[in-house]
Amino acid sequence: MDAQALLPLSVVSTSLVAAAGIFLLREHRHRLRTNFNLAAALIKLALVVGMALGVLAGNTYEFRFPLVEGISFVLRADALGLMFTVLSSVLWLFTTIYAIGYLEKSPNRSRFFGFFSLCVASTVGLALAGNLITFFLFYELLTLSTYPLVAHRGTAKALHAGNVYLAYTLSGGMVLLLGIAVLHGLAGEVDFAAGSGLRVLDPALDPMLTIVFVLLIAGLGVKAALLPLHGWLPIAMVAPAPVSALLHAVAVVKAGAFGIVRVVYDVYGTELAWRLEVLEPLGWLAAATILYGSIRALAQNDLKRRLAFSTVSQVSYIILGLTLLSPIGMAGGLVHLLHQGLMKITLFFCAGNYAETLGVHHIDHLDGIGRRMPATSTAFTIGAFGMIGVPPLAGFVTKWYLGIGALADGKGWVLAVLIVSAMLNAAYFLPVLHRIWFRSQSAPWPAEQYQQHRDTHPWLLLPTLVTAVFCIVAGVFAAVPFSPLHWVEIVVLPGYLP
Amino acid sequence: MNPLPWLVALPLIGALVVFLLPVRWRASGSLALLVPVGFVSIRPLASILSQGTQSHAPGGWIAPLGIGLQADGFAAGMVILTALVIVPCSIHAARSLRGKPAEEGFWPLLWFMWAALNSIWLSADLFNLYVGIELLGLAAVGLVALAGSVQSLAAAMRYLLAALLGSLVYLIGVALIYAALGSLALADLKAYGSGQPTILIASVLMTFGLLLKTALFPLHGWLPPAHGSALTPVSALLSALVIKASLCMLIRLWMSLGPEAMPVVLAWTLGLMGAGAVFWGGWMALRQTRLKRLVAYSTVAQIGLLFLFFPLVTGTPATAAALAWDGTVLMLVSHAFAKAAMFLAAGNLVFAIGSEQIADLNGVCRFRPFSLLSFGVAGISLTGLPPSGGFIAKWLLMQSALASGQWIWLPVLLGGGLLSAAYVIRVLGNAMVEGPVRDRFEAPSLPLELSALALGCVSLVLGFAARAPLAWLRAGGPFAGGG
Repeated sequence: MDAQALLPLSVVSTSLVAAAGIFLLREHRHRLRTNFNLAAALIKLALVVGMALGVLAGNTYEFRFPLVEGISFVLRADALGLMFTVLSSVLWLFTTIYAIGYLEKSPNRSRFFGFFSLCVASTVGLALAGNLITFFLFYELLTLSTYPLVAHRGTAKALHAGNVYLAYTLSGGMVLLLGIAVLHGLAGEVDFAAGSGLRVLDPALDPMLTIVFVLLIAGLGVKAALLPLHGWLPIAMVAPAPVSALLHAVAVVKAGAFGIVRVVYDVYGTELAWRLEVLEPLGWLAAATILYGSIRALAQNDLKRRLAFSTVSQVSYIILGLTLLSPIGMAGGLVHLLHQGLMKITLFFCAGNYAETLGVHHIDHLDGIGRRMPATSTAFTIGAFGMIGVPPLAGFVTKWYLGIGALADGKGWVLAVLIVSAMLNAAYFLPVLHRIWFRSQSAPWPAEQYQQHRDTHPWLLLPTLVTAVFCIVAGVFAAVPFSPLHWVEIVVLPGYLP
Repeated sequence: MNPLPWLVALPLIGALVVFLLPVRWRASGSLALLVPVGFVSIRPLASILSQGTQSHAPGGWIAPLGIGLQADGFAAGMVILTALVIVPCSIHAARSLRGKPAEEGFWPLLWFMWAALNSIWLSADLFNLYVGIELLGLAAVGLVALAGSVQSLAAAMRYLLAALLGSLVYLIGVALIYAALGSLALADLKAYGSGQPTILIASVLMTFGLLLKTALFPLHGWLPPAHGSALTPVSALLSALVIKASLCMLIRLWMSLGPEAMPVVLAWTLGLMGAGAVFWGGWMALRQTRLKRLVAYSTVAQIGLLFLFFPLVTGTPATAAALAWDGTVLMLVSHAFAKAAMFLAAGNLVFAIGSEQIADLNGVCRFRPFSLLSFGVAGISLTGLPPSGGFIAKWLLMQSALASGQWIWLPVLLGGGLLSAAYVIRVLGNAMVEGPVRDRFEAPSLPLELSALALGCVSLVLGFAARAPLAWLRAGGPFAGGG
C-alpha cells in the first residue's frame, strides 16, 4: 500500500475523523468546534488540490480493498470524480463558515456539525468511488447523514420533511441497489471505465441492460429530482439555510446528477447507451423536468421554495447535456454541475441572510431590501442573472455550450427548450429583483437582528460574497486554465467516443 | 488437551460455582470467569484453521454408540460469536441488574444457557442436539421469568409451552430416524438417509419442531411477549443467540441430509414463511407503541430473512448455494450483534426516560444522544444499509437469488429493508422532537452505553471485514471450496 493509494482514502477520512471529533465535543465548546471544523475543511481542500495537481501530472490514485469475494471497495481519483470533489471541498469550506454564523446561539450544534461533516465525507466518497458498489455505499451514507440535518429543528414540520425525504431517498436507494445487483449478476464487478465492462457482453442481453439502465436512473433520479420523483425537494426546504444550500448545490441533488453522469458515461459508455436507445427518452425527461420546475417556480411565494423548484429545473440541464451526442453539449452539461453549484449556493446563502437578518421568508416582503442589505442583494442579483444565463456569468457559459451542442447533434428542440427555460427563469427571478431594488420598503421587517451591522453578520456575508465572485469568475475566465470549463474539457475530450 | 468438551463443561462448572457464591458476588464472579471461558472459546477456530475439522468422542465411544462433539468452521465461529455477545451483555447485566432481585437467578441461568448453546454448536448427533435444545429452552424460560412482572410470567409460560411442544415434535422425529437407521450421528444421515419416506417424515417433524422454537411466522406468537418483557440483557441474549440455536440445528440437519435430497416444496414453504415473517414482523414492529416490543417484532422479521437460505440451496446451482450460505451466515452473525446492541440500547433509552413508550422519547436526541446513537448504529445494520454486515449479507443473498433465478426473493430483501428503516426512523424521529415534554432524564452509566455501542459497531465493521470471517465459517463445511 503506497502513499498514492492512501491519498483518496485520506481525503474521505478527513471529514470522517472531523465528524467523529465533533460528535465527541461537548455542546458548549463552540470555539474549539469552530477551529476543528475549519481546520478539517482546509486540510481536506489542501489534500484535494494536491491530488488534482497530481492527476494533471499524470499520476493515478487508486485505493482498492476487497469487501467479500466479488465486490471491492474502490476509491479512485479520475478527472470527473476530482471535478466533483473540488466543488464539494471548496463549497464545504464556505458552507461551514456560513453555518457557524447561521447557527450561532441555537441548540444541538454538535449534532449538526457532526452530521454536516459526515455528509461531506459521503459526498467526497461518492465523487471518488471507483465502482458502483462503492458509489452506492456513500450514496446511502449521504441519505443517512442528511436526515438529521433536514429534521434538525425537531418541529413537527421538520420531522415530517425528514420522513418524506427518507421515504423518497431510501426507496430510490433500494431501486438503485436492485439495478446494481442485477448488473453485477450479469457482468460481475463493473468499474467506472467508459463502458468497457458492459460493451463486451452478449448483445442478446441488451433488453436486460435497458431494464437495468431504467432501474439505475430511477434510483438516482430521486436524488436528482427528476420528474416525477422530485416531490421531496420542496418539502425538505424547512431545513436550516446552510443545509438547503448544501443539499441543493453540492450534496444530495448533485449526488443524483453525478450518479447519472457516471452511469451514462462510465458504466454504460456513450456508445452502448446510444445502441440501447436510452439517451433520447432521458433527454425528453430532462427537458420536461426543466420546463416543469420553472413553471412551478413561478407560482411560489416562499423564496426558498421558489429556489427549490428552480433547482429541480436547473439540475436537469446536467442530464440534458449528457444526452447530447456531442462533446460540446456534454461539456455544457458537466460544467453546469459546477456552475449551478456556485450559483445556487449563492442564492441560498442570500435567502438565508434575508431570513436570519430580517425574518423575511416571502417574496412579498422583499420590497426595498436592497437598501437595507446591499451586499447580500448584489450577490443575489449575480446569482439570479447567472441562472437566467446573462453573459458573462457562469450560467451563460453553460447555456451557450448546451445550445451549440444541441445544434451540433441536430436537436433543434433542445435549443427551443433552452430558450423557453431562460425566459421562464427570467420570469421568476426578475420580479424578485424588481422588488429588491426598485420598490421601497412597505412594512417593518418581520424580525430584525444584527442592527449594528450595515448588512448582516460577517460570518454570513463573507461566504455569500465569495461564492458570488466565483459565479462571475467562472464565467469571465472560462477559457483560462483551471477554470471549471477547462477542467470539464479535460474530462470530456479524451474519454469521448473511444 | 482437546478444548471441545471443556467448552461445554466450563460453563456448567461456572453455573455451579456461581450458584454456590453469595448473591452479591455472583456478578463479579461471573465476570472473572468470562476470561478463561472466552479464552477457551477461541481455541477450536485456531486449531481448525491449522488442522481441519476437530472432533472428540467422550469416553472413547465413537458413533453410532457414543455421543460425539465435532467442530467445523461454522461451529467454531458460533462458539466465538456466543462469547462475543455474552461478554458485553454480561457487563451490561452486571451494572443494570445490580441490587435487583433478578441478580440471584440471572448468573447461574446465564452459564447454563452458555453450556447449552455450546453443546448445540458442537454436537455431532441428533440426540445430543435434543438435549442441548431442551436445556437451552429451560434456561431461556427461566431467564424470561426473572423480570418478575405478571406480563413476563405469562410470556414465560407461553414460551415454555412452545419450547416443550417444539422439542417434543423434534424428539419424535429423532425416534423415527433411530428406528430407521440405527444411528443418530449427523454424518450418517446422508449415507443411509436419502429417499426413504421415514426419513422424510422424520425430517418434516424435526423441521416443524425447530420452526416453533425459532419463532418463524406464523409460529412466532410466543416471541414478542417473551423478548419484549424480559430484562434488557436477557432480551438481547435471547434475540441474538437463543433463537439462532434452533435455526442452526435446522441448517445442520438440512445440510446433513443433503439439500438435493430434500423436497423443493418444503424448502419453498420455509422461504415463503420467511417472506411472510419479513413483512408481518416489519408491519407489526411499525405499529408497536412500546420500544422493546418494537425491537422484538423486528426480530420476528429478521428471522424471516434467514429462512430464504432453504429455497436458495435446494436444487440450485452450486454458486448460488454457496452465496446463500455466505449471505445467511453473515446475516445471522451481524443480526446477532446488531440485535443485541439494539436491545441493550433500547433498555438504556427506557432507563433514561423511565418509560416504555416510544412517544415518550421526545428530547432524547438532545439530552441522551449517546444512547440513541447505539440504537441508530444497530438500526443501520438491521436495515441492511451500507456500510454494515447486514448490507453485505443482503447483497450476497440478492446475488444468490439472481444466480438461482429465484427473483421472487429480491422484493422480500429490499422491501424488508425499507420496512425496518421505517420502524427504526420512527424511533429516531420521536427522539428528535424538540419540546418541553420532559425535564428529567436518567443517565445510563458508561458500561451500559459502551456495551451497546460496542456491539453495534461490530455489526458495522463486519461490512468491511466480512471476508475473513466468512472464509473461517466455511472451513470444513459443505461450501469449504469457496464462494
